[in-house]
Amino acid sequence: MKHIDIPVDEKTIRGLGVGDEVALHGVIVLARDAAHKLMIEKRPDFIRPHLTGGVIYHCGPIMLEKKGVWSVVSAGPTTSIREEPYEGTVIAEYGVRAVIGKGGMGPKTLAALKQQGAVYLHAVGGAAVYLAGFVRSVPGVYMLDELGIPEAFWLFEVDGFPAIVTMDARGRSLHVKVDRASSRAFDALIGK
Amino acid sequence: MRKILQETFLEMIRRAATDLPPDVEGAIRRASKAEERGSTAAGALGILLENVAMARAESRPMCQDTGTNTWWIHHPVDVTAGTVKAAVLWATRRAVRLGYLRPNAVDSVTGENSGDNTGVGQPVIHLEQRARAGMAVDVLLKGGGCENVSGQAALPDFSIGAGRDLDGVRKAVLKIVDFAQGRGCAPGVIGVCVGGDRVTGYELAKQQLLRPLTDRSPDRVLARLERTLLKESNELEIGPMGFGGKTTILAVKAVKAHRLPASFFVTVSYSCWSLRRAHVRIARGKPTFSDTSFLLKAGGR
Repeated sequence: MKHIDIPVDEKTIRGLGVGDEVALHGVIVLARDAAHKLMIEKRPDFIRPHLTGGVIYHCGPIMLEKKGVWSVVSAGPTTSIREEPYEGTVIAEYGVRAVIGKGGMGPKTLAALKQQGAVYLHAVGGAAVYLAGFVRSVPGVYMLDELGIPEAFWLFEVDGFPAIVTMDARGRSLHVKVDRASSRAFDALIGK
Repeated sequence: MRKILQETFLEMIRRAATDLPPDVEGAIRRASKAEERGSTAAGALGILLENVAMARAESRPMCQDTGTNTWWIHHPVDVTAGTVKAAVLWATRRAVRLGYLRPNAVDSVTGENSGDNTGVGQPVIHLEQRARAGMAVDVLLKGGGCENVSGQAALPDFSIGAGRDLDGVRKAVLKIVDFAQGRGCAPGVIGVCVGGDRVTGYELAKQQLLRPLTDRSPDRVLARLERTLLKESNELEIGPMGFGGKTTILAVKAVKAHRLPASFFVTVSYSCWSLRRAHVRIARGKPTFSDTSFLLKAGGR
């Protein structure tokens, strides 16, 4: 298990490889579909300080508010591939060092990871109560009124948030490997 | 009656969202033992089981995507459709305030979230009136990630050599499972409908997800198809979360529907590992909860 403090530098990230287990410490930024579209179309500055050397988490959480304080009910990863058209540009624009999600991403993101020095981290999909247990506090939220609870830019302070490197800064992807192997098995099963 | 329906439906939502049915948990437990010890796949399944136990103990939604809430409700003549629908909407809104459901209804044109998980076509309610007294209700919470990887093929599909026969059905289903990779939160459960039109195909395929994972189709041909598809899906070795491994699919549930001579649809409703459902029967104003559906007989409706 490798412990990563956020913000994180390029050298630390380039030292990670596919299969490494990491534990994240610091403030991460939740951003999913609407947030990615917004980051590409408007390039907002309010999120810049949190993303420089920072971490994006593809997650639309369940949150409850009591007396102005937000708490996390459930917060597992959402499917990352939907952000494929945006992510490479977001990584370069904001200097993002890691993206957490599930299901992996495509060639455009993989190329950006290599060029910019960033990694894709896979969290266990559906393990939303387990993962919420690593959130210590919710230091802020942006665009809550405009985007709604599942799509807002939430800030989570995490301590030991677990994930696995499945796409690294050397251009390797576990998802490409598994996809190739399953395609070969599929061809055999259909008699191709 | 209104109060009973409201409270019962709310409790169904709470149970479905926070308490994984024992047949699903059992299948994940068996899968975790089948994976190589110390592998990423085994580790992921271990975390899933830990998550299930935490969610149950703390009554918190095991997945943040509480999905589309789909209801199947058989009601007697003296309880109107309007009464039933109003109770579902009340329970849905209340469940959002209590944190059992995420506000999940987004206006597709304006992008605005309705804030209470209700909107046009949400929740989905299938009502059927019955002559007998009493009610039987099923609810399924199915997330967006696995809905996105569900699919429908129109046979023949020459690209995979799939003709208009059961072998073609087999190939078409495997193509959808292979395309999904881990993105539907594997290991998944798939409902398969052979035939029907485009709408009933999806409806019947999704309804199969209400069946206990341990049952099999009473139709011998479909039971064989279920076994073959389970074995061959797992030979793809996509594994939990797409990490690679022995368990890609936990169970296959197949059903058939008549089709037009011109059409041959094969529909797959993919459920993530987190197959969330709840079942109830209401008789003489008293609800009885169960791990299995009172509505769905094995193998169809």
